[in-house]
Amino acid sequence: MITELGAFALVLSLMLSVAQTGLSAVGGARRSPVLAGAGRGAAVAAFVAVAVAFAALIHAFVVSDFSVANVAGNSHTAKPMLYKVAGAWGSHEGSMLLWCLVLTGYGAAMAAFGESLPPRLRAYALAVQGALGVLFLAYAVFASNPLARLLEVPVEGRSLNPLLQDPALAAHPPFLYSGYVGFSVVYSLSLAALIEGRVDAAWARWVRPWTLAAWSLLTVGITLGAFWAYYELGWGGWWFWDPVENASFMPWLIGAALLHSAIVTEKRGALPGWTAFLALAAFTFSMLGAFLVRSGVLTSVHAFAVDPTRGVLLLIMMGLAAGAGFLLFAIRAPSLNPGGQFRAVSRESAIVLNNILLSTATAVVLLGTLYPLIREAMDGEAVSVGAPFFNLTFTPLMVLAFAILPTGPLLAWKRGDARGVARKLWVVLAVAALLGLIAYGIVQPRKALASGGLALGFWLLGGALLEIADRLKLFRAPAAESFRRARGLPRGAWGATLAHAGLGVFVLGASFETAWRVEAAQALSLNDSQTLGAYVLTLTDIGTVEGPNYLAERGVVRIVDKAGRLVCRAEPERRFYPTGAQTTSEVAICPRPLDDLYVVLGERRAGEGGKPAWLVRAYVNPWVRLIFLGPLLMAIGGAISLSDRRVRLGVGRRAREVVS
Amino acid sequence: MSFWPKSRKARTRLTVLLAVAPVLALAVGLALFGLRDSISLFYTPAQAQEAHVKPGRKVQLGGLVQRGSVVKHPGGDVDFVVADHKASAKVTYHGDLPDLFREGQGIVAEGSFDPNGVFVAKQVLAKHDERYMPRDVAKALKKQGEWRGEGASAPSYGSQKP
Repeated sequence: MITELGAFALVLSLMLSVAQTGLSAVGGARRSPVLAGAGRGAAVAAFVAVAVAFAALIHAFVVSDFSVANVAGNSHTAKPMLYKVAGAWGSHEGSMLLWCLVLTGYGAAMAAFGESLPPRLRAYALAVQGALGVLFLAYAVFASNPLARLLEVPVEGRSLNPLLQDPALAAHPPFLYSGYVGFSVVYSLSLAALIEGRVDAAWARWVRPWTLAAWSLLTVGITLGAFWAYYELGWGGWWFWDPVENASFMPWLIGAALLHSAIVTEKRGALPGWTAFLALAAFTFSMLGAFLVRSGVLTSVHAFAVDPTRGVLLLIMMGLAAGAGFLLFAIRAPSLNPGGQFRAVSRESAIVLNNILLSTATAVVLLGTLYPLIREAMDGEAVSVGAPFFNLTFTPLMVLAFAILPTGPLLAWKRGDARGVARKLWVVLAVAALLGLIAYGIVQPRKALASGGLALGFWLLGGALLEIADRLKLFRAPAAESFRRARGLPRGAWGATLAHAGLGVFVLGASFETAWRVEAAQALSLNDSQTLGAYVLTLTDIGTVEGPNYLAERGVVRIVDKAGRLVCRAEPERRFYPTGAQTTSEVAICPRPLDDLYVVLGERRAGEGGKPAWLVRAYVNPWVRLIFLGPLLMAIGGAISLSDRRVRLGVGRRAREVVS
Repeated sequence: MSFWPKSRKARTRLTVLLAVAPVLALAVGLALFGLRDSISLFYTPAQAQEAHVKPGRKVQLGGLVQRGSVVKHPGGDVDFVVADHKASAKVTYHGDLPDLFREGQGIVAEGSFDPNGVFVAKQVLAKHDERYMPRDVAKALKKQGEWRGEGASAPSYGSQKP
């Protein structure tokens, strides 16, 4: 009964989205507050209806109603409750419903909290958002109904892939989708402004908070995914340049570019066309990501819930939405006012350079991701593009971007003072170079490139610190004066600095971990030892454990340092899930302040002298904590900027007086 | 400078172009270089034999793990045979195989052939899904008529139970 109610609500939400599109569009065109108001009502109602459908799906998972095809395919009675709930978005159908939920959710948010938007822009944006809703809800209703029933009800479900039964991955899709789909608002606002023919500073002011929100959520989503790959897959790595990872990374890069260009458009009225273009591109890349991940056209090691038969439909939907957007852009862009002028040395220029580098980097990632498809279409040759390609092409572009980054916030708008900035920054440059040289000198084995990476990380981190010190006149003015300045500094500035510092922290971690990871793998019998860098690992015990829906072999590995002091007892597991007959490794991680000792238990094999032995693979991952801390700081920075009154509300109000 | 345009708009355009051009040139250059040197071609054992892959050249080898061919040596070395319908290739690998590595399962090994024609794998990939067949493997096998469908149950070998 509840399932039928959910299925009905899903169809209802499709109808409501149609109504939202029509009412808002006509309301906007005729400047009718009544019709536009009805459109807003429909937007909120559509969200409520999808929420009901989603709740019905979660209910079906919680009570293990195997008459629902989706539940039978992805759930199991013995599964822990958290993963029953998470199973609702672990499947193709469920994840598309989550997509629709977030999409209508953003529409409802715009309808309910967008009072500061000019009425017409808001009505048009809601119309576009509604049209997107129609597209994706129609897909959910007609092609991938998550609440479809089975004629023959199975007694037990097929369970969710055990690798997905993990807390980080339970939270990963909601964050990722909130980010992906958050760009739909930016897309809608951009199209609405293009329809109106007015892309200006005021418009950019409304684009920014939505971009910030979407980008911050996407940052958290990607970080959770990388973290999951790190500790669940047991390969010791956190990023593989796999198509699925790239799919989420491309909208992130474009989102980062958009964040910056929107500031230029807002503060200086410059680059309106480019900002509108990026806004369209960000959501296009989100849809491309959904298509790549869900259709399985590319070979990926960790794409889940793939359904090739429906890939074509997703591609058509993407083509429709992106095609309409870019067509309108092509028609309107020439008539846009180019806005403020600026000199070659100015903050605008720095941001333009940042945008050029970020979008070129995105293009390179896109090329690498799609190249196997292109090559196959051209000469039928199957190729794979892996990390070497991206290290060679993507990394130099980012190095350039990082090299200029600290100068940006110190330059003035319109006309910057290159000498003044150089005078401020040379200390940071010297310290960063010195630290890089020290790293080159003392860290064994010697690696020049990685030491350069560390210097770059310190340069970013130092640049961020210097910028805040400069703004507060720290050490140059009395402490009271600095304190007063700190309180007066807008939160947006704090957020930006924190995000830039986070990037530096990430670069430090990524450089160090990638270059100086230590690995050891050896088959150990009981009480055998192996050395791992400065540690000695001993397999002291092995036993079996019974989990809620798995059986596991658990090893106890004693880790001592060179002086013989106990560092930790690692207990890695090797789990066997009878449903689906799948085995997974449960990595044991001993956290040190910055490093991780990472131990994986392999399968049992015959060791020397016929004694049973287990392959114990272990890594020292130095500074790995920074890799996940950095992006977290970036997301927090985004959230702090978002809490800035100027970004959120105040300026929007003031701007309306100017515009209407 | 005479070529420097007089109108402000044209000057801005030229400046932007001058900024974009080197970055694009760098990106295109790196991408072309990268696509020539750092991608790996995919072969099934039969294709690898036909193509006479040079020893040492980094490639991917994909196919089904031949039943009964997996030999695990103490110390972590594993030998197995990857086969397609027409040919097979010996593979040797040091390290822990993916959890889903099974006989009869489609896998992709990354590495290179040594002078004796044995494939030395640096990495072995089997996707984390019991119904999975790497796409390239599926495609190559389809061409040879060896395909048994996406849903075909993976033949299990030696219980993986602890």
